[in-house]
Amino acid sequence: MAYILKLILRNAFRHPLRSFLTILSIIIAVLAFGLIQTFIKAWYQGVEASSPIRLITRNSISLIFPLPISYKEKIRQIEGVNIVSWGTWFGGIYKDEKNFFPSFAIDANSYLRLYPEYLISEEEKKEFLRDRKGFIAGKKLIERFGWRIGETIILKGKIYPGSWEFTLRGVYKGRDEYTDETQFFFHWDYLNEVLRNRGSSWTDHVGWYMVGITNPEKAPIVALLIDNTFKNSIAETLTETERAFQLSFIYLTENLLITIRIVSMIIILIIIVVVTNTMIMTYRERIPEYAVFKTLGYSGLKIGGLMVGESLFFTLSGCFVGIFLTYPISKIVGQMLEIYFPVFKVPFVIIPLNLLVSIVAGILATIIPIYQVVKMKISEALRNIG
Amino acid sequence: MAIPLSYNLRNLRTRRLTTILTSVGMALVIFVFSSVLMMAEGLRFTLKQTGSFENVVILRKGSSSEIQSFIARHQAYILESFPEIALWEDGKPLLSKELVVIISLPKKGSKKEGNITIRGIDKKSFILRPGLKIIEGRFPRPGTLEIIVAKKISESFEGLGLGETIQFGRRQWQIVGIFDAGNTGFSSEIWGDVEQLVQTFRRNAYSSIIFRLQATNQINIIKNRINKDPRLQLDLKSEVKYYEEQSAMMTKFLNILGTTLTIIFSIGAIIGAMITMYGSVARRINEIGTLRALGFKRRDIMIAFIFESIILGLIGGGVGLFLSSFLQFFTISTLNFQTFSELAFRFKLTSEIIWKSISFSILMGLLGGLLPALKASRIKIVDALRFS
Repeated sequence: MAYILKLILRNAFRHPLRSFLTILSIIIAVLAFGLIQTFIKAWYQGVEASSPIRLITRNSISLIFPLPISYKEKIRQIEGVNIVSWGTWFGGIYKDEKNFFPSFAIDANSYLRLYPEYLISEEEKKEFLRDRKGFIAGKKLIERFGWRIGETIILKGKIYPGSWEFTLRGVYKGRDEYTDETQFFFHWDYLNEVLRNRGSSWTDHVGWYMVGITNPEKAPIVALLIDNTFKNSIAETLTETERAFQLSFIYLTENLLITIRIVSMIIILIIIVVVTNTMIMTYRERIPEYAVFKTLGYSGLKIGGLMVGESLFFTLSGCFVGIFLTYPISKIVGQMLEIYFPVFKVPFVIIPLNLLVSIVAGILATIIPIYQVVKMKISEALRNIG
Repeated sequence: MAIPLSYNLRNLRTRRLTTILTSVGMALVIFVFSSVLMMAEGLRFTLKQTGSFENVVILRKGSSSEIQSFIARHQAYILESFPEIALWEDGKPLLSKELVVIISLPKKGSKKEGNITIRGIDKKSFILRPGLKIIEGRFPRPGTLEIIVAKKISESFEGLGLGETIQFGRRQWQIVGIFDAGNTGFSSEIWGDVEQLVQTFRRNAYSSIIFRLQATNQINIIKNRINKDPRLQLDLKSEVKYYEEQSAMMTKFLNILGTTLTIIFSIGAIIGAMITMYGSVARRINEIGTLRALGFKRRDIMIAFIFESIILGLIGGGVGLFLSSFLQFFTISTLNFQTFSELAFRFKLTSEIIWKSISFSILMGLLGGLLPALKASRIKIVDALRFS
């Protein structure tokens, strides 16, 4: 057994440059595959961060239609409902459209109770609640623009025209790695007051309600109760779990995700092609050698085994190094893409997936040369001069 | 004298399998490269075609898309009276006041919802968009709850066939026609009477106003007139420009995605070419020695090997482009981030994408062949001929 391993290793390093290049290309492929998977995972961030005890109630026509603030009390009275909070997508622009980040008008008190994953010190929370024009923002967002506590920030409204002034009162941190630390929250009361003064039709309306429930198993029943309450009213509602709500966003971009997944399959094909090419070149050079092996009594399949071993050596060593490199590199890429993807973390699944792909690719790559070895005639092969 | 090209071609033919595999690697890269660019271009082209050069769009100041825009009725009436606006046969201005909102409806074959644009239209909307054709049923009657649905939407969403009714805003809407607006954004929309929709959605405002000018050079006159009137906080744009801007974000996203992926993938393919070319050099040391002995210079050897590698790249590029060109038969539908609604479009191959792909494949071949060619050119004649 040991001599077979020795033979495989010796063979693998017979052309150090070629072996190095083959392994290098596998490393790159594994790296690309890992990054694409991380990218897809980042797309699902909102789903990962969702909680089973939160429901989202929105206008049944679509998310761009608001709901009256008067629904708040009616929802609160429904059995199984614990906390009712609400928010509106503000869509403010800070200096330039390129500086995009999500901005929401929320009911701060209930919101912070409903989302315990946003960690903020008691003192800052008090300051925020006290200041009508105050705002809080995630740690990453603050760091991106270098904002200081007490600083005044101006956002240009895209949906609500004009310049809006806010003062930074606090910074929140995420409880875990799935929490988005790039958001901007200010008081819905402030937004509503300004809208009322302007006589806007959006006065006393909210974008959606966030409903905390006592028992996650009762989620479908509570959702139904809420929707039935507002059936045949001026604004019918659609209530779903936070997870379903986040998933519905992903479905909207499903075709893009499918495209990206297909592309990540192509990288696997590229690995197979490169390794197959190396194995075929290797085979061609060693035709006389394999003929000698055959003369010594080795069967074609046994020589094939040696080839599989060599091929697996290439794919697996590339795979290990590639997985190892995926982590630091995804960290760098994650920092570059922070605006689009607040959370960019390598999923564990890439390790078994990459190993599996490497083994399959390693074996597939030897099919053609093994076929050639098996049908090879010793006399002709010995005559071959390459 | 240079080494003839046929030398390279013969060699590639002799080592058929290796040639094929190396080219396939590069073909895959070019396939990914060109198809993502085709997707971005298809999206951009579809939106660009949506607009007409003669039409002008009015939005609320600062709004970048119709769904963000609110135009009050009194603003619309002021605009209607401007003398620069062309008149239609009925003696009234060729201007339509439209409402654009989004509704979520279930897709066929799954419970997943998609966002569809509903456009509230008036009589002039059809005159301003002559490309729109009713292919089944009829036009909706003004002032009724009749709607017409784009063919692509009708095919891919649940309950949007001719004669069916859908419910939203506590009203039943009857589908009386299926339309096709060609390769434009309108082919992903539902159209219905603007006043009925304004009431249903309780917006009491329009989203946009579209009109035609008496003469296109009057655009600046009307722009000034709007800017001078403090009651009108409005922006004016040509319809073509407006729709082109709607594609900017997605096109940029797709281009960055495509370029990043291809650059990473191409490293794999370049290494593949390098392996092949190094192998090729190693096996032909005797030949190289002979060529040198015949009087070919080091530079000729180098150029020959680089050529060979570029040919590999070109074969790959050609195959990749050939495969991706079939994508033009496919229509894909996805969310446009900017308008927050579905847009169906076709992959589109342009001459720019072709030359980009070809240059890219030449570059891959060049990079893959450079080092092996350098090695080949450095071989000493004596050593090469002694080697066997």
